[in-house]
Amino acid sequence: MQMPVPDASVLAQRSAIVARLKTALPGAVIDDPAETRAYECDALSAYRCAPLAVVLPETTAQVSQLLAICHELRVPVVPRGAGTSLAGGSMPTADAVVIGLSRMTQVLEVSPQDRLIRVQAGRTNLSVSAAVEGIGFFYAPDPSSQLACAIGGNIAMNSGGAHCLKYGVTTNNLLGVTMVLMDGSVVELGGPMGESGGLDLLGVVCGSEGQMGIVTEATLRILPRPAGARPVLIGFDSSETAGACVAAIIRAGIIPVAIEFMDSPCIRATEAHAHAGYPDAEALLIVEVEGTAPEIDEQLSLIREIAMRFDPVEFRESRTEDESRRIWLGRKSAFGAMGQMGDYICLDGTIPVTALPMVLAGIGDLSRQYGLAVANVFHAGDGNMHPLIIYDANAPGDLDRAEALGADILRLCVQVGGCLTGEHGVGIEKRDLMSAQFDPPDLEAQMRVKDAFDPHWLLNAAKVFPLEVSAPRRDRRLNSTASDAA
Amino acid sequence: MRPETEEDLAALIRDASAPLSVIGGGTRLWPGEGQGARLDMTAMTGVTLYEPEALTLVVRAGTPLQTVRDTLAAEGQMLGFEPDDLPGSTIGGVAATNASGARRVLSGAARDALIGVRFVDGQGQIIRNGGRVMKNVTGYDLVKLMAGSRGQLGVLTELSFRTTPLPQVTTTLRLPDLDAEEAIRAFTAALGGPHDVSAARWTPDHGALIRLEGLGASVAARSAELARRLSDFGAPSQVEDHPWHIPTPADPGHDVWRIICRPSQAPSLLERLPQPMLVDWGGALILAAMPAGQPPELPPFAGHARRITGADAAILPKPDPVTERIQRDLRYRFDPRGIFQGGR
Repeated sequence: MQMPVPDASVLAQRSAIVARLKTALPGAVIDDPAETRAYECDALSAYRCAPLAVVLPETTAQVSQLLAICHELRVPVVPRGAGTSLAGGSMPTADAVVIGLSRMTQVLEVSPQDRLIRVQAGRTNLSVSAAVEGIGFFYAPDPSSQLACAIGGNIAMNSGGAHCLKYGVTTNNLLGVTMVLMDGSVVELGGPMGESGGLDLLGVVCGSEGQMGIVTEATLRILPRPAGARPVLIGFDSSETAGACVAAIIRAGIIPVAIEFMDSPCIRATEAHAHAGYPDAEALLIVEVEGTAPEIDEQLSLIREIAMRFDPVEFRESRTEDESRRIWLGRKSAFGAMGQMGDYICLDGTIPVTALPMVLAGIGDLSRQYGLAVANVFHAGDGNMHPLIIYDANAPGDLDRAEALGADILRLCVQVGGCLTGEHGVGIEKRDLMSAQFDPPDLEAQMRVKDAFDPHWLLNAAKVFPLEVSAPRRDRRLNSTASDAA
Repeated sequence: MRPETEEDLAALIRDASAPLSVIGGGTRLWPGEGQGARLDMTAMTGVTLYEPEALTLVVRAGTPLQTVRDTLAAEGQMLGFEPDDLPGSTIGGVAATNASGARRVLSGAARDALIGVRFVDGQGQIIRNGGRVMKNVTGYDLVKLMAGSRGQLGVLTELSFRTTPLPQVTTTLRLPDLDAEEAIRAFTAALGGPHDVSAARWTPDHGALIRLEGLGASVAARSAELARRLSDFGAPSQVEDHPWHIPTPADPGHDVWRIICRPSQAPSLLERLPQPMLVDWGGALILAAMPAGQPPELPPFAGHARRITGADAAILPKPDPVTERIQRDLRYRFDPRGIFQGGR
């Protein structure tokens, strides 16, 4: 993975920069190389680079102070939530100061009347729901890393989850943010209903991968907890039939909270690993519905009626908590099971659900062509696929081959009308594939937005856009000296 | 000017030397808008792609809203955000104004259902963002930026929406005697429980209205549960077909103000608004009449108030200087010649 050459003038000033940061925030700065190494990567751990320094502020005012200093000295900044990005969204560069949110975890306000919670952005996703559980509410977006991932990172990546078919992704559940711009100025975006009265700046900040500013506080919509939820497991003798069944359920006007799909390599691997009692089918669906007991019964009987038209090899309806748990067990262990088979790359492309059979066949062809196994587990209702490419990190050239296969699969997703990433973000991982999805004017329009928020391209600048596309803007910064800024 | 293709539109914008007024049906203009040479979008019509089983509709911007509604209804679907059905309204205008109706409390706004756009910027450049899939975080979300931008950044030419199944059964619980403040308390109780309330609106004529939608047994169970939950407010009557689409006209000699607020703060605002016309979204939206030219005197609150009829544009409070600077900067970068800024 190519990264820009670190800014030599920043590296040369390293001790002066660290001294400035320490004067501003004693006790919050980490500059010992043995300790900064803990921040050298995120969950895309194949790529690592220790930062110049790490700072862990506790308040919006402190973040403002830090960014003002970095702005003045023209030091690049990489924001970091909990470091769970699968796309390298918080991977540092050697000339960057990492500003981490791990000390910003407070709940600032809970308002059941307004159905919202306001938190500091370092708080984890799951602990947001935990904070409102007692009053019967929850926060809907549920990325699978929700135990660890921070709300600030969720906002940066516009994270999704298994239940977004019904509840939407982060952008649909975000009402407002407090954000610090690179020059240290603090701005409030959004408002009640997420509406500000002007341009929807909140909407474009959500999903901007830490390139517009550092979000320090977030106001999130909370929802009443459903009375209950129950899954069914449906096995099929082909992926095509499973895909057709998904289409038929949606066509009938039923929007379950989740429709998960697993193909046979994935079913066999998870069964061997987790012993969830899954049938030996070519494909299976887990469909979950919510509500009171009679509401669940009504939806499940309709789903059964539809499924039966497709001759399922198995239809297993959960009747107890324990049966529900066993149905989800395999799905939730899928990634762990893949880890038993070898190293893997997890892709995240989205396709129109109507293209599912064609794309699964195409992935099969590519898998044979590259000689690497691919297992598919994904959110079928919204077409967000997670093909897992199994490879051996110790075999020379295997990672390169796996990455090349991944790129071909993502190009296939784009060709059929889909996109490169449904919920993980672009980061460094898919940066150089952006030109497969966007024409130059499309990328130019996006970069103009960053120009307005971060004119010197100091924030997380080596991400999202192909390096050669963002180079003129990033180089402009290198050519402007610190004295120009004053 | 009435371009028929995106290329014609782009050429026309490149050649423009004076401000343009981009108009779909011209049904959702606010004070100060609609000045400049008229650029009529109603020739760019047609559904480009509709896949009901994928909940996906792609449609050209000048297509009448009514056509979109009919197309979807024929397949048992709808636009979940329920834009007001104004005669002549186009789908491009709906997107450009983020027009969202009563179901916003459950299904979100137009911006939430909008998943892809094509538009032409102020330099005549054709730009795509988003696409036709509902889960997409590839690059910045310019779809949201364009939704509700009221033509200030570019001219929308094509929109992709996530569609919603039509409910099989709809019922509305009505508490006709509640005033606006009591209604908001009732809405808070209703929206605080797992009932999937799809509208919570108050009008002076109808009182409080709470709508439930879905499968038959489910709606029956939820309305019984909800009636119990609301027993402190009286015994609700059930209405099968309340008209949710009727716009509220202003009294002569009055301006309409649109206020977005937290439901918990709505009562303190209503005290200063002698003529409320509508409370919607459980109390987060207030429409109120004020004597022409006279702004309401509101206590400090989270949200904003905007005059949406009458002579001049007006918004309270003023946006903060940083937000103002970013918005100005974005307008300049998408439209450096000020082609879309006529009269603003």
